[in-house]
Amino acid sequence: MTAETALSVPTSPTATTPILEVRRISKYFGTVIALKDVSMTLLPGEVMCLLGDNGAGKSTLIKILSGVHQPDEGEYLVQGRPVRFNSPREALDHGIATVYQDLAMIPLMSITRNFFLGSEPTIGRGPFRRFDIRRANAIVRAELAKIGIDIRDPEQPVGTLSGGERQSVAIARAVYFGAQVLILDEPTSALGVKQAATVLRFIAQARARGIAVILITHNPHHAYPIGDRFTILKRGRTLGTFTKDELPREEMIRMMSGGEELEQLEDELQHYRA
Amino acid sequence: MVTRIQTEAPRDERMLRENLIGKLLRRPELGAVGGALLVWILFALVAGDRGFLSLRGTANYLEVASQLGILAVAVALLMIGGEFDLSVGSIIGAAGMAIAILSVEYGWHIWAAIGVSLAFSLLVGALNGILVVRTRLPSFIITLGSLFIIRGATIGLTRLITGRTQVGGVKGTLGYDSAASVFASTLSIPDPASQRGLSAEFSISIFWWLLIAAIATYILLRTRPGNWIFGIGGDANAARNVGVPVNRMKVILFMATAASAWLVATIQVLSAGGADTLRGEQREFYAIIAVVIGGTLLTGGYGSAIGAVFGALTVGMVQQGIIYTGIDSDWFKVFLGAMLIVAVLVNNFIRKRASEAK
Ligand SMILES: Nc1ncnc2c1ncn2[C@@H]1O[C@H](COP(=O)(O)OP(=O)(O)OP(=O)(O)O)[C@@H](O)[C@H]1O
Ligand SMILES: [Mg+2]
Repeated sequence: MTAETALSVPTSPTATTPILEVRRISKYFGTVIALKDVSMTLLPGEVMCLLGDNGAGKSTLIKILSGVHQPDEGEYLVQGRPVRFNSPREALDHGIATVYQDLAMIPLMSITRNFFLGSEPTIGRGPFRRFDIRRANAIVRAELAKIGIDIRDPEQPVGTLSGGERQSVAIARAVYFGAQVLILDEPTSALGVKQAATVLRFIAQARARGIAVILITHNPHHAYPIGDRFTILKRGRTLGTFTKDELPREEMIRMMSGGEELEQLEDELQHYRA
Repeated sequence: MVTRIQTEAPRDERMLRENLIGKLLRRPELGAVGGALLVWILFALVAGDRGFLSLRGTANYLEVASQLGILAVAVALLMIGGEFDLSVGSIIGAAGMAIAILSVEYGWHIWAAIGVSLAFSLLVGALNGILVVRTRLPSFIITLGSLFIIRGATIGLTRLITGRTQVGGVKGTLGYDSAASVFASTLSIPDPASQRGLSAEFSISIFWWLLIAAIATYILLRTRPGNWIFGIGGDANAARNVGVPVNRMKVILFMATAASAWLVATIQVLSAGGADTLRGEQREFYAIIAVVIGGTLLTGGYGSAIGAVFGALTVGMVQQGIIYTGIDSDWFKVFLGAMLIVAVLVNNFIRKRASEAK
């Protein structure tokens, strides 16, 4: 599916307004220029892959989008309106949910407690208002069944889940709480082939529900099949956004795996051999 | 423990049982309950005929356990939230001395003295918490500092005001009787084992201990803030990212431990009729030991208030039980230290089995 067909699926006129947009955003950490003049749009129901070398500024960009950092320059618009988030909670309230690779889940807490952390359903009034564990368990069971994970006991610790299942639970949580935009920072980097497939399949499901996804990954084999468009960052600047047609698989693999560097390395090694 | 929907296996009765055992194993307090039972049986065998099993013996170790337990329950919440408080022992000394000086030296009504002492303790707790949250230094360091500051200031100020390090005469102060009925009364039950017709005196601190444990357990397991405590101890950043007010919760937890120290101080001052600047020394370590024996993880995010109750009970039984055995009570600390290490090993083992990926 190319960006064009992804665009043509939703028919309402609002579908063409970007759900997220940054215009010439810059971010400095002391003397480090982490981002410089980066612009990007995200459309409803598309998967945008954020590509680039280590230190290119990918995490910094998504931390701005998710309210962890504030941009030093530039504009940030959500559904066409300028915003300034002071905390991840504010971004969350605008339907922008982020799943971090390492921060996704707390292993010793139960699935249910993790799922509802910060948004626990309650029952009762006043001093008798309490965490409605029974309802929470039922919701978790139902939400996970939707994505094909059958848990016997929602109160089992998250640590007993596999890495892929943990990611899936984290994403399911974001979707359940009404995320319009899902931001995933390297969700598949620590996963085996099968588990990564579970997560990618789930991302496709989320997209089918009209959720927009920003996906950071170093693995071209994960990015290419699922991505609709690709934004490439290099040393804090954007090299542009490309659709699948504009960026053939080989070209992307070459860019992502540092093709030039590898060729250069090959030449050097050749030199030693001679 | 996770299977795909397609492979839905018939749930046989064996699996159900395993699930139940698994559920039990996942409770943090399991080890502590077993340990307390073991210690009780041990002393019942060794010293059962020398008074350990009598009503008076029971009232005796329950009183020791209750004062430690009040602290331990609050410290458990704080440690589940990922922080330490080494200053609780010093706060006991300061809060108790505040009550004694205000009521005896300045002639305040005892309830006013108790109230001001509580306000002072909450303030100290809040300061501990705010310092930890603002400086991002380990709470171990911050509260180690306040341990010395508070103790030193208590001794210095007391000597400055009274010229002594002990203040007596609280029993003669205004309003003492009503305060004592709340914090220092006892329930007398005739001890059938006593030849001389003595009664066992069950201290009201036992009631406070159980009440606080019940409230703490309810908060921890059945309220939103309880879930946040687990969250901030497990991963403060992750909790913050989903909107948990991490800093506010931490400050509240430090205030809670300080308040528990105040309660212990109030009970001690009213029962003893006076205060000593050295009161509460090393109580912070006993509280941590009780909490850790109770199955709470030193690194936070896991544990229970009920575990702390049984941890305190165990420490209390050992401390008083040893007297009944006839062994010199100097050996108590040897037992305590060894028990701590064994308890941590056992708890780690149980937790690993219960909560790691298969
Ligand atoms: N909090 C910070 N303070 C100072 N410098 C920072 C901070 N966060 C990021 N940087 C710097 O900004 C640059 C971009 O970092 P960023 O984490 O966004 O890269 P990335 O593209 O996510 O890299 P990776 O692929 O390794 O995750 C790096 O040079 C990094 O050292
Ligand atoms: Mg990164």
